[in-house]
Amino acid sequence: MKLKINRNIPLIDQHDKNFMYGGKFGGNFIPETLKKPIDDLTKLFAKLRRDKNFLRERNHHFTNYIGAPTPFIKLENLTDHLGGAQIYAKVVSEANGGAHKIYNATVHCLIAKKAGKKYIVGDTGAGYAGKMLSMAAKKFGLKCKIFMGAKDIKRQRPNVEAMRKNGAEIVPVTTGSQTLVDAVSECMRYWVSNCDTSHMCVGSTVGPNIFIKICAWSTAQISRELMQQVKEEFGKIPKKLKLINCVGGGSSAAGFWNEFINTHAEFIGVEAGGPKNSKLHAAPLTNGSKIGILHGAAQYVIQDKEGQIGSTESISAGLDYPGISPLHCFLKDTKRAKYTSASDEDALKAYLLVSKLENISPSLEPSHAFAEAIRIAPKLKNSEVIIVNSCGDSLKDKDIIKQKLGSYIR
Amino acid sequence: MKSKIALAFENCKKEKRAALITYTVAGDNTKNNSLKILNKISKHADILELGFPHNTPIADGGQIQGSSHRALKNGMKLKDVFQIVKKFKKTNPLKPLILMGYYNLIYQNGESNFLKNCKSSGVDGLIIVDLPYPENKDFANRCKKKGINFIQLLSPTTSRERMKNIIKNSHDMIYYISMLSTTGGKLKVSPKKILENYNKIKRINPSKNLVIGFGITDKTISSLKSANGLVVGSLLCKTITNSLKMRQNPVTKLDKVVYNLKKKII
Ligand SMILES: Cc1ncc(COP(=O)(O)O)c(C=O)c1O
Repeated sequence: MKLKINRNIPLIDQHDKNFMYGGKFGGNFIPETLKKPIDDLTKLFAKLRRDKNFLRERNHHFTNYIGAPTPFIKLENLTDHLGGAQIYAKVVSEANGGAHKIYNATVHCLIAKKAGKKYIVGDTGAGYAGKMLSMAAKKFGLKCKIFMGAKDIKRQRPNVEAMRKNGAEIVPVTTGSQTLVDAVSECMRYWVSNCDTSHMCVGSTVGPNIFIKICAWSTAQISRELMQQVKEEFGKIPKKLKLINCVGGGSSAAGFWNEFINTHAEFIGVEAGGPKNSKLHAAPLTNGSKIGILHGAAQYVIQDKEGQIGSTESISAGLDYPGISPLHCFLKDTKRAKYTSASDEDALKAYLLVSKLENISPSLEPSHAFAEAIRIAPKLKNSEVIIVNSCGDSLKDKDIIKQKLGSYIR
Repeated sequence: MKSKIALAFENCKKEKRAALITYTVAGDNTKNNSLKILNKISKHADILELGFPHNTPIADGGQIQGSSHRALKNGMKLKDVFQIVKKFKKTNPLKPLILMGYYNLIYQNGESNFLKNCKSSGVDGLIIVDLPYPENKDFANRCKKKGINFIQLLSPTTSRERMKNIIKNSHDMIYYISMLSTTGGKLKVSPKKILENYNKIKRINPSKNLVIGFGITDKTISSLKSANGLVVGSLLCKTITNSLKMRQNPVTKLDKVVYNLKKKII
């Protein structure tokens, strides 16, 4: 069966009655206990997204709390240095808190309030999703609990400190690889036990269908802004336009591309290739992983023949996840987006080059996207345009960068 | 022909007692020991649940995660699980055995292949934690055609309408999750309240065999004994963990624990 995108329906709604995209990605592979909470949340969200007051409220917070629009800038020096396509950045790291995770966190807190919940729980890898949820929870008066792998707590210290300052309880997860995949599992377990009092926020476009929807619906703000900014800059959508975004779970990319789905803009998703000399990676789409079930959804996922979820490795905690959003599986199979990967080393090099030449300093996640931009830009004509989503700031990666490169610049 | 599961419940009803249902993980702590455990505890238990381990179990608490981890570290594969079942069934052909686990392992094995393996090794039923109703309709029907029980789950969050539908689509056994919890949680709802819920469900269709699981230990089991069946899992996994820590034989330890559980409900 050849999969096709439907131009008349929002991407997040292109699922069948079993909540599967293209008949094979997504769904709700969940324990019975979560059926009702997920069903309730699905109904509530369906209502809220049609509610003018709710949208007004959301837009108010997007503008005044998160800060809209985030800057859209030309990277003149990088463009000159590489001598090919014109390179731009959408500096989403200028959003309140420093990353795109604030959109999803804010919307989830708004929904939790509408649902009458007093507690909110979430997972985090790089610590951004947790930091943002703790920020938004504080703002909206919710008690917040964050699940984070013990390995990530060590490697993403600045964000952990921010969470603590915001008064969130951080639960270290010491099972398995002690990274994002285990944090999401543990958070879901917590929700199974506490779904009557707590709202759960999944930190990316993964998990049971409703979490994918809410997350992508929230980050779509990025491309709503970008569409306008592109039209202001170029008068129209440039003939040859590439939108490059890193993908871990895929929330940043989904939001960056959403408004451009029905245009001719090319989408390139960059996964974490892991260390150059390692067999391990976090790039299920690039490396042809098979479809499997992870965290309640069918997706391409790193696993062994038996169906045990496989180990991953990446320098970037935010991309270090064996699965990938069902939305991106769908975009891949419909050939609407292309996916590739960048190694740890290439991401570090890209971080360094961009930080040296420009006023921005991407964190290790978007540095994967910059690595791809840097790789292809010299081969492209000057009339071509590349836009990279710079969705995080390197400050949180200071320790890792210092350790790998000897020094840290920003 | 009646299923072995149905017969086990009939037998218990004749004896006016609840069925004792145990859960252990295949390969915990070794392939041999888990077979020995099944052989031993089947003298006391009426139905055996055997977990096929997954490394990302989203509905299991620490104890069962620990058991699964031990089993996987021993290199436990699905084919080993079926081998254990086959060997067990050779000496205990009438004792019902239910496999329990997560859907991804079935998905990777292929549904048809998996069911074929179930059939040839003698599996009587399946509990798939993350394949709820109605998504499980097709698979449940395929199970039925093969004479394998697909065991539906109900939880305190399940609405009454939904319960009716699930019960209508159920086979010889239904599993009621006692409380909002992963496996291995402390019983945070009173047995009285659990039985109240249980009886409400029972009234929807009194002829269905309804068992209660999650949070049941030697301390709480007797207060729930009016149910058709009671499942004990995490306590058994914990017993294995502790006996390994104390360098004791997990097989004899488990035999004792299950014997005691049985004593408490007869
Ligand atoms: C800055 C940044 N970019 C990207 C990601 C990857 O997540 P996603 O693919 O959902 O955008 C993360 C995740 O933590 C992140 O912190």
